[in-house]
Amino acid sequence: MTVTRREFLQASGVLVVCFALPGCTRETTAGKAGYARLGNRLRINANGTVELMLGKVEFGQGIGTALAQMVAEELDIDFGRVHLSSVDTDRSPDESYTFSSISIQQSGPPTRRAAAQARGLLLTRAAERLDQPVDTLRVVDGEVLTGNVATNLNYWRLIGDEEITIDLTEQVMLKSVSDYSIVGRSLERIDIPGKVFGDASFLQDLRLPNMVHARVVRPAAERASVKTIDTAKIEKLPGVLSVVRDGNFIAVIAEREGQARRAANLLRETISWVLPSDLPDSDKIYQWLRNAESREEPVASRSSESDVGSTTTVKASYQRPFQAHASISPSAAIALYDNGKLTVWSHAQGMYPLRGAIAQVLGMDIENIRCVHCEASGCYGHNGADDAACDAAALAVKFPGRPVRLQWERRDEMTWEPYGSAMHIEISADVDETGTVRAWDYDLWSCPHSSRPRNAEQSGNLIYAQHRAAPAELPPPQSIPQPNGGADRNAVPLYTFDNMDVVKHLVTDRPMRVSALRGLGAYANVFAIESFMDELAARSQEDAIAYRLRHLDDERAIAVLKRLMDVSAWSRRPPAGSGEGWGIGFARFKNRSAWVGVVMRVIVKNGNISLQHASAVCDAGLIINPDGAGAQIEGGIVQSASWTLKEQIRFDNDRKQSVDWVSYPILGFDETPTITVDFMERSNQPSLGIGEAAQGPTAAAIANALYHATGQRQRRLPLSA
Amino acid sequence: MAIIFTLNGKSVSVDVDAQTALLEVLRNDIELNGPKFGCGLAQCGACAVLLDGRSVRSCVLPVSAAAGKSVTTLEGLGNASDPHPLQSAFIEEQALQCGYCTSGIIVTAAALLAKNASPAEEDVKKELSGHLCRCGAQARMIRAVMRAAAQLEGSES
Repeated sequence: MTVTRREFLQASGVLVVCFALPGCTRETTAGKAGYARLGNRLRINANGTVELMLGKVEFGQGIGTALAQMVAEELDIDFGRVHLSSVDTDRSPDESYTFSSISIQQSGPPTRRAAAQARGLLLTRAAERLDQPVDTLRVVDGEVLTGNVATNLNYWRLIGDEEITIDLTEQVMLKSVSDYSIVGRSLERIDIPGKVFGDASFLQDLRLPNMVHARVVRPAAERASVKTIDTAKIEKLPGVLSVVRDGNFIAVIAEREGQARRAANLLRETISWVLPSDLPDSDKIYQWLRNAESREEPVASRSSESDVGSTTTVKASYQRPFQAHASISPSAAIALYDNGKLTVWSHAQGMYPLRGAIAQVLGMDIENIRCVHCEASGCYGHNGADDAACDAAALAVKFPGRPVRLQWERRDEMTWEPYGSAMHIEISADVDETGTVRAWDYDLWSCPHSSRPRNAEQSGNLIYAQHRAAPAELPPPQSIPQPNGGADRNAVPLYTFDNMDVVKHLVTDRPMRVSALRGLGAYANVFAIESFMDELAARSQEDAIAYRLRHLDDERAIAVLKRLMDVSAWSRRPPAGSGEGWGIGFARFKNRSAWVGVVMRVIVKNGNISLQHASAVCDAGLIINPDGAGAQIEGGIVQSASWTLKEQIRFDNDRKQSVDWVSYPILGFDETPTITVDFMERSNQPSLGIGEAAQGPTAAAIANALYHATGQRQRRLPLSA
Repeated sequence: MAIIFTLNGKSVSVDVDAQTALLEVLRNDIELNGPKFGCGLAQCGACAVLLDGRSVRSCVLPVSAAAGKSVTTLEGLGNASDPHPLQSAFIEEQALQCGYCTSGIIVTAAALLAKNASPAEEDVKKELSGHLCRCGAQARMIRAVMRAAAQLEGSES
């Protein structure tokens, strides 16, 4: 007999914990508990809990906890009362994608206002009942006090069994920063205990009754097509319920997961493909980028009348390969089609745009589709999540009545996720006799940095839309304009150059799927700009940080660099060429978000690069949760170090060869540096996004440290010893 | 044919194809959440469980290999009311970003601490080097393992 989870848990004497994943929670309707609901943001329950309905999704970056802190702060309640609900198109605010490190900036203000509005309304109620002016009342964890004297009122009693629905207003009094006691503290993240005790925390832990398991069998290359296939034998395998073929979209559905896996592997062996052999040569990718069909777009231009005098022209070019998100959990999704209604559980970054895209691809009305977010592993941008969701949705429609759980294999994720685009960058600077940059010319070549399947108009980007028998037209390449920029994100230096010309060459040919990877173009652009600044400083025999400082007039940038000199003990930098190197990298993300400076210390010995320590300084305005913010910078540094030292997608003319963790290695436990992160005290300034701010500075800091250690300048990523 | 093994201290019997991966049995039949599917290739470590105290990759191990043996998953190490020192330390150090790799890492660290109660940091790095973390929480995890080791040592003396 097979033991079920229930039996196992009973036998072990463990209590069954309430399943906390969204979309399948049984409503707890104990008694006639009332609530006050503020729009689609906040629900204050008479039972003493507060539900925050997120508009952006959590994937470990800690925004849920930070936003919950804002709610607790404005409501004057214990932080532990706040519960999070993830994005569900049936009930959550539509905040589009979780991207560009703007969750705190975008979700923060409306969340804060909703909580403040709720507090105001409940206190007005209390004032009426107590017959006291509202400004004599205060609140401690929901309890209403007059001065220091308790009343018999609290939020929960004030709501009672009423069902109050309130529209959100923009006009509310917010707490002043100086009164904060919860925002600004390093509270523990809400989701961590569940994850260390094995509670149901991830999409992968969602098990629906009667669920079946699916696997896709992807073509051997992106534009390969089926020549011959033999499904007959596969259909007869034990447990196989359906072999789905729709053009080049091929999948297997089975009762058990192992059966689906086995059937998919056997089915793959029966297929012969037409391979277009249309990939560029792996070792000539930068020539390819430089010569491919592209669209020239001016990014920034500055000119000065002043006489630049006699100058010398210095040139260099920098390169970054195609790189992967390489999420630890391969993409997965669950979809159920029942009575004309489709529900999709997905870990994609935007449930509303996903719903629009799936509706278009499947020819359904938006009203008949519900998309519910569940966490998976970190995604760091647009990985395979949306594609897996559409795969599952398409399968569910073909296999109605039972939930279809689609799990991509590691190979599917590595070879089908949209990569961060390769880039080629050429810089030319005119430098005067004092070493000052008087003119700066910057040209970059790159494929686009976003191909998200946003709603109907971009839905053709989904794999299923391309592979099915009647494929959708591929949407035209998207250029993200300044001030955010895509390929040109952070292509405009923060430095005060008199004359400047920055040009983007958007490559419109598409050798492989590409889209948003953490930082977009900022990673390569900051690597290039900050490496080149280092080269110019060395040429001018100046200290690398001092050289930057004299090209800056941004006060907050200057403050970050000065602080970085202190915390990194920059003055104790060893002599050049000693084998130990210290390098600096600096940028303000998007030139409008957080400032981050990184000093990396490396040792180069016996052909090995050993990352010793990274010191980072960040100015991100008001920090909601310092430890959480620090963790984001730390994670960014380590991931960027991995890209910088190890990662590139390999391929030949036929197909990709980076298919797993052996052929696409990432930085390991024995290779990561220790890290310290310092934040500038700027609590009187608005919060700025930090999630992507460390990527570029870290790459440059490593390149500059290697130069300092060895005297060898490397301009092509990944770097080697 | 029924396969019998000890899971987190209790005897279990499962009636599945003997070649079924242990991970599939733990996740899909017994519905445990700790061990995760990450690669199915024994490369990333997300699926690690203890088999008679040794950390193994349950994604490539047939369930028959567990017959008559003892399997421990993250859930078997402790729970919220009686946490393993590693679980407490991971919370105290906030030692994870997404948390998908966490279960495997805690399980392998538990095996390390069981045989070496006071490991050096280098031992921890070496032991965990077969595990992948993509979010970059390695430094925090190493600190958490060291913290748990110190706590274990303190409670034993």
